[in-house]
Amino acid sequence: MSGAANPQAASLDAKGPLLEVRAAAKRFGTRDVLKNISLNIASGEFLTLLGESGSGKTTLLRLIAGFEQPTGGEIWMAGERLDTLPPYRRRVNTVFQNYALFPHLNVRDNVAYGLRAQGALKSDIPGRVDEALRMVKMAEFAGARPATLSGGQQQRVALARALINRPKLLLLDEPLSALDANLRKQMQGELKALQREVGITFLFVTHDQEEAMALSDRIALLRDGTLEQVASPREIYARPATAYTAQFIGQTNLLRGEIRGSIATCGALRWPVEDADGPAVFSLRPEAIRLCTDGTRQISEVKFRASVRQQIYAGASELLEMDCGEGQLLRVRLPACGPMNGEREFVFAIADAIRVEN
Amino acid sequence: MRGTSPTRRAPLLAIYATLVFAFIYLPIVVLILYSFNRDGVGGFPPRQLTLDWYRQLFADGPLWDSVLNSLLVACGAVALSLALGLLAALALDRASFPGKALFRRLVLLPLILPGIITGLSLLMFVVFAGMQLSLLTVFLGHGTALISVATTEIFAGLQKLDRAQEEASLDLGATPWRTFWRITLPNLRLSLIAAGLLIFTLSMDEIAVTFFLLGRDNTLPLEIWARLRRGITPEINAISTLIFAVSVALIIVWYRIRMRSVGSGAQQLLERP
Repeated sequence: MSGAANPQAASLDAKGPLLEVRAAAKRFGTRDVLKNISLNIASGEFLTLLGESGSGKTTLLRLIAGFEQPTGGEIWMAGERLDTLPPYRRRVNTVFQNYALFPHLNVRDNVAYGLRAQGALKSDIPGRVDEALRMVKMAEFAGARPATLSGGQQQRVALARALINRPKLLLLDEPLSALDANLRKQMQGELKALQREVGITFLFVTHDQEEAMALSDRIALLRDGTLEQVASPREIYARPATAYTAQFIGQTNLLRGEIRGSIATCGALRWPVEDADGPAVFSLRPEAIRLCTDGTRQISEVKFRASVRQQIYAGASELLEMDCGEGQLLRVRLPACGPMNGEREFVFAIADAIRVEN
Repeated sequence: MRGTSPTRRAPLLAIYATLVFAFIYLPIVVLILYSFNRDGVGGFPPRQLTLDWYRQLFADGPLWDSVLNSLLVACGAVALSLALGLLAALALDRASFPGKALFRRLVLLPLILPGIITGLSLLMFVVFAGMQLSLLTVFLGHGTALISVATTEIFAGLQKLDRAQEEASLDLGATPWRTFWRITLPNLRLSLIAAGLLIFTLSMDEIAVTFFLLGRDNTLPLEIWARLRRGITPEINAISTLIFAVSVALIIVWYRIRMRSVGSGAQQLLERP
């Protein structure tokens, strides 16, 4: 438990990671919910754990909060071993999925709970509670019981309650999933602004990839208890490492084919690559494909003919399902262009066909 | 929308139901009427109403002593069985230990066991422990025999409790001890009150266990029973009427609390997405 036993403590300066998850594993009975997770979170970062339900993201959050014990590996925070501490000794606070506000306490006492539990000076408490409530724009509801508040208001109280102890790390367990779509968009903006304002590291759990893209500095994509990829939203979208990532983040065309003699062949499409021979999978985003209007192509581009199977109008853009022959379908996103039919010529840049692991 | 009321469809059932209710409640009505009847027991229907029996009742020292004894025993039994029942319910809800299934059955056993067995075994124990029979032994008997009632009520409350609240408390820096007092217990408030009321009423009219453990001081039911051996007096009707009124009031309070706790539980379920 002693911090002196940490060999890395000396090397951890302000630039080092705030939280280090080292080969953490969690097993419930015979089921491995988390397998060998290693993840660093930088101070001040907004990191999102993204994954389908059952991928282990909430379990990882609960390991960090201290509600579950890892069955393998270690968790360190700011040079201190975290996973051996009970939850009430960790400078980590949580916004729970259903907020878990205390129903028998009013909003003010809910928010003050953390200060009282930590033995804050009595004279400090009212001022800090008011400040926290103002921060989430809930000052006028200080006397209300949680049951009388709307979902969005409860959400704000839960945030104020979790932030009042000024944690080093705030864990948010799908905090927006209970809100309706409009409110969710609004709260996303406020959450991001709040994080910049308080400068606290946020670890956010969601199954909604759009939400993850909108909020995060980095996204950690979990799949069946392992980390599929950890990267910034732009990078994870532009350079997905695996077919799973490419499909989970945004829409994509997965081209399954083969490389032979530095030529990739996927159905009707052929283009030069510099990889070794063998089967290969490529991810090609629908918006990376465009109409070939003048019939010419650059040397770095691939040209193909395809016929329109389906057209879905989406305001600013259109999503086309194109048949390239040999049963190969490609989705293409074009700027709104009016109804289309028949055969067309398309091009895409070779560099946009990203080779991914299957 | 055909106007077939249940009575028209099944007149026999309606008559049957009326008879059952009459069978249950008519004796109580008669008892209440007699408590106001100048002619005392006998002489029906009452010709002249009076409060004399109540006046006589309030002047009856030994009877009020027994009421006081019963109240003492009942309050003590509530405290003892709630304290022990809470611990048992907590153990059943969250601890896992060898023999848990057996423990669960043993705790609930007094609910099923005939009072005469419980009473007799408690008497054996008291004699074995070398204790004098007194109100203390009655209190201990009631308190332990009614643990099962407390355990079942509190266990139900614990099952409804949202565990995320306790996690939130720990998360905010409260120790498990503080969490128990500030979060768990307040959330069990309704279960504790409901269990307390039930135990109080059960203890107030307990006879079988009390009979074995009683010393020189009578509890109310046994005082009434002792007097009945000398014949029914209108005074007994009067005290019984009072007991009936208090019991009905307590049952209404208990029922309201029960409804509120069930209601809020249902509300919590609905609020969950």
